[in-house]
Formats: sequence, structure tokens, C-alpha cells
Amino acid sequence: MPEVTGTTWTVYDANTMTQAEIYGHVLCDLAEKDPRIVALTADLARSTKIGVFQDRFPERVINVGIAEQNLFGIAAGMARAGMLPFVSTMSAFASMRALEQVRTDICYQNLDVKIIATHGGVSFGQAGTTHHCTEDIAIQRSLANMTVIVPADGIETANALRACVEWPGPVFIRLGRGFEPVHYAGDDYGFAIGKAVTIADGTDITVICCGVTVYHAAEAAKILKEQDGLSVRVLNMHTIKPIDEAAILRAVTETRRILTVEEHNVIGGLGTAVADVIAASGKGCAFVKVGLPDCYSEVGYPEDLYSFYKLDTDGIIEKVRELLGREFEADEDWEDEV
Amino acid sequence: MPLSAEEIATLQAKARDLRCDMIDVTVWAGGAHIGGALSMTDVLTALYYKYLRVRPEEPDWPGRDRFVMSKGHGGVGLAAVLADRGYFSKDLLHEFNHFKSPFGMHLDGNKVLGVDASTGSLGHGLSMAVGMAMGARFLTQPWRTYCLLGDGECDEGSVWEAAMAACHFKLDSLTAIVDRNHMMIDGPTEEVMHLEPFADKWRAFGWVVREIDGHDYTQIGEAIEFAQATREKPVVIIADTVKGKGVDFMENQVQWHYGSMDSDLAARAKASIQRLAAEVQHA
Ligand SMILES: Cc1ncc(C[n+]2csc(CCOP(=O)(O)OP(=O)(O)O)c2C)c(N)n1
Repeated sequence: MPEVTGTTWTVYDANTMTQAEIYGHVLCDLAEKDPRIVALTADLARSTKIGVFQDRFPERVINVGIAEQNLFGIAAGMARAGMLPFVSTMSAFASMRALEQVRTDICYQNLDVKIIATHGGVSFGQAGTTHHCTEDIAIQRSLANMTVIVPADGIETANALRACVEWPGPVFIRLGRGFEPVHYAGDDYGFAIGKAVTIADGTDITVICCGVTVYHAAEAAKILKEQDGLSVRVLNMHTIKPIDEAAILRAVTETRRILTVEEHNVIGGLGTAVADVIAASGKGCAFVKVGLPDCYSEVGYPEDLYSFYKLDTDGIIEKVRELLGREFEADEDWEDEV
Repeated sequence: MPLSAEEIATLQAKARDLRCDMIDVTVWAGGAHIGGALSMTDVLTALYYKYLRVRPEEPDWPGRDRFVMSKGHGGVGLAAVLADRGYFSKDLLHEFNHFKSPFGMHLDGNKVLGVDASTGSLGHGLSMAVGMAMGARFLTQPWRTYCLLGDGECDEGSVWEAAMAACHFKLDSLTAIVDRNHMMIDGPTEEVMHLEPFADKWRAFGWVVREIDGHDYTQIGEAIEFAQATREKPVVIIADTVKGKGVDFMENQVQWHYGSMDSDLAARAKASIQRLAAEVQHA
């Protein structure tokens, strides 16, 4: 594994390390500066790749065994005592098994606990549906005080981690299993919690995405430009909550067609968060949500599942073409609609 | 009635073949929880080839004994057994983990015949087993319910909530078996989270405890028959086992909790299984 020091982890690391491995390294850097930082896990130190942290700060790792409710309860107690706990386990267990501890012990008390949820969505596809989590974004964003971030790749994971230390209150960062493609070439693209990143500018349609779909949407936009002459705006909505309303409203008025793409149930996640903003604006917009159509996910390798649920490059291209073909009354004068 | 010498020899031979099947599936699946599959094989063999009253040709037979694989990552091991018992064709095992396959590493009870509960998230199975045993009581059915747990899994508080309920409701048709292989993902159970004194914990929750060698068929048979005969209380069988049992390079190796193999390594694994089985037969 490549040596990672200070802030020199960037491109080559992201290409050789999984999101979760980068998490371990960045956490080491952060912990060097902040003695309040501790890492908690529930028999998943290996799977969540906090091994490097364990080597560097063995006394600052707390493994509670396979007991996720206890895990989050302990994290809440440690935060109350003045520590800064980073808790990692699979998203299914962080979002469902220990939900009440996350909600009542952590969010209700508005504690500084940072949750690093690995294996989100269908990224552990072959494990079967018990190990998928296509509900996590919906669940977490419905918790008051919670901030929800879905990084596009390893680079963005590192940015999110550093940003969340300064960001008050509970933060949920959703990662994949680590075999996702890398989108960013460097970390200085202006990451800020709550601010969407414009990956490509465009005027015909906006694709709003998060997580692994960012890479695919960016690819799709290039191909759609070449093949269809389309100008596709791509927004990386890495922060689902608080969501970047201004970026969504600009997309509504400037492109008037919005496609959301997420590795999640179409109910309650990114698409719903975007729809809320559109609906409240009173402005019309052709709109489609791509994700799992309210079903339990199939078994299979993630790439096959991304393709099946239209979350990959080809799927996004298909959906963009569909949405562009849809009848939509484009009224030039928004004012008389409001 | 204690198992006869012939019965034991037959079960041992069966377990040897099943272990080899599990190695094959691990190759086909591109990886599997093989360590914990091999540790529980003898218990599963005793259940599926001697004690469980099931009808593979009629998987939904209402009177069948129920089996809950609470350590749901034992799916690869269980699937090999179910295929061999004829619930479905062994050819289907090639589809493990493939796109839209009924077989993910954690078995889906709605898709795989013979699976009584969909498991995979640890600490759920014993509660479902309690529910099944209660169902038998309400419906005045004679079936028994067996639940196989991992030892690491017993860290989950929900296991103990179920344990308390099983005793409170005097569920003597329920038998829990713990695959006590002393390991979990991050290391030995006693290093990650102390379980001992483990038997005392179950006793304190009102269970009758049998501690056995989980690879010794005489002891496995005796314990299951004891559980069947026990009244008013649930019985837990703590089966002391070796994670990766039968494969020399996997035994007690924590990194073989989950692993993948190419065909060369699989051949080595199977040779080891054959060698060990031959030694046991001669002993
Ligand atoms: C609720 C929950 N937490 C974590 C996991 C991830 N996980 C899968 S297997 C495992 C270790 C299980 O150890 P043990 O129960 O001892 O099983 P065995 O050693 O027999 O394989 C863990 C932590 C899970 N499946 N479910």
C-alpha cells in the first residue's frame, strides 16, 4: 500500500486505494492533530479498512464486537464526554440496526459523532439483499440535525472527512465497498459541505447525481455531447442534506429538465430531496428519478446491478434521451406561473 | 438412541463430500465465508442427514422441522447441503453471486427452496426461531425448531433478548446450536469481545447447556437427542469447533473467515479434506 502522509494522498492513492482505505489514512492525519478523535467499529475493522488507524493509534480504536446498537450508544456517550467519535460499520447496520441509537442518542442530543457507513447501496451486491442498503439516504436525511454526504469517490471521501471535523453535529458519510471508479483527479476542486459541484455545464438538461453515479453521469454527458449534440449539465450533489437549493433552482430555470440518479430507492433519497425543492419553487420542470424502483435489490456484482438499474453510463444516456423526448410545455415567462 | 458406528461413518463420509462441495462453491462464487462453513459442517450434516424431519421433495411441508441459519453468512455451506439433499439441482450452485441469481452469499428464503428464514444480518435468527417454536405451540404442531448461531454473533444484544424469551415461554421445542469456533472477523472472540464464561451466560438465561466437540458425531447425536427429550426448557448446544475445519491452511486462520480460491488452491483444500477424513475413519 502506498505511503500516505500529510496531504500528499491524492490521485495515485485514490487509484490504488478504496474509499474506505483512504478513510483510514485521512483519519490518521486528522487524529494526529485532534486528540479527541477516536475510531469505533463493531467487528468490522477489517472490512471498513481502518487498519492503518489501528496500527498508528491502537489505543484510540474501540471494537465493541458485533453489537451495533451498543456501538452507537457508546459513541454518543463518548461525544457527551468530549471526544470526537468516528464510527464505521456497514450502512445497513448504521442506518437500520442501530437507527434508534443514531436518532435518539446522537441526533436528538445533537452530538458530534461522524458516521462512516461503508457498503452503501448495492455496492456489496453479491452478498445479497441483507447487506445492501438502498434506504440509508432516506432514513438518515429524515433525522433532524443530521448532515448526509455521499462522496463521489475516494478523493471526495477525503475532502468530506476533513470538512466534517469542522462541521458541527452528527454527519453521515456514505461510502461504497471500494471498487468504485475514481472521478476526481485532485482534491482542490472546491469541495464544501452543502454546495453542489458542477461537473459539466449545460443548458439542455441537468443530471443531478451523487456517489458512484457521478462518474457515470460525467461520462454520459461527454457521450451525449458527441453523439446527440446535447448540452448536459452534471451536478455532483454530494451533500444530500443540507441540499444546495440554489443549484437546483438554477437548473430548473436554466435547463428545465432534471434527471436525478442515485444508488438508492427512488423513494426518499436524492431524487425526493431535489423534488421537494422543485415543488416548493412553484416552477414547472420535466423531472425523472432514476434509482431502484421501490423494490428489494437483486443479487449480483455491483457493475451488473448498476447496469440493470440504469445507474451506469449507458443507463443514464438512455434516461436522458427518454426525458428529452418527453412532451414538456416550456413557458418562457416563469413569472406568470408563480 | 446413540448413533451406531456405521451411521457415524456414513455421516463422516457425507461431511467430507459436503466440505469439498463448499470448496467448489467458493471457487464458483468468486469468494465465500468458507471458514465458518467448514466449522459447522458436522453439525449441519448430523441435522440434515439424521435428525431434521424434512421432505426435500415437498419443501413447504407444513409439518417439517424448522431450521434457521442465524449466522446467515453460512449460506454457502447451507446451500451445498440443501443441494445434496435434493432441494434443488447442484448445477444451480454455479450461479452463486451471479446477476439475478437466487443465491447471494446470504440466502433469500423466498428464492431458495428449503430456507426457512432469510438471514444475513446477525442476531435476528434466534428471535425468528422463537417465533416459529411459538407458532408450533399455537398450532399444536409437533415440529421442532433448530437455530444455528455464530459465537461472535452472540455479541448482539438481540440474541439475549431472544434467549430470555425462549426460557420465559418454556420453549422446549427450540434448540439453539452455537458454532463455537472461537473466531469472528477481526480476530479471536476472546480478544475482540470476551464471551466467556459462555455456558454460564446461557445458564443464567435459563437454558439447559450441552457443551460438546462439534466435530464428534457421538457427542453431536447425544446432545441433539438430549435436547429433543428435554421438557419445559430450551436447550443450547455449544459446539466447540475449528474454523476452517478440514483444510490445513485454513484451520484457525482468521483471514479465512471470507476468502476466494483459484482451482489450484481448491485442489489443495480438497486434498486436505480427503486426507483428514481418511485419518478420522482410521482412528
Ligand atoms: C448485524 C451484523 N453486523 C455485522 C455483520 C458482518 N459480519 C458478517 S460475519 C461476521 C462475523 C461473524 O462471526 P461469528 O458469528 O463468530 O461467525 P463464524 O466465525 O462462525 O463465521 C460479521 C461481523 C453482519 N452480517 N450482521
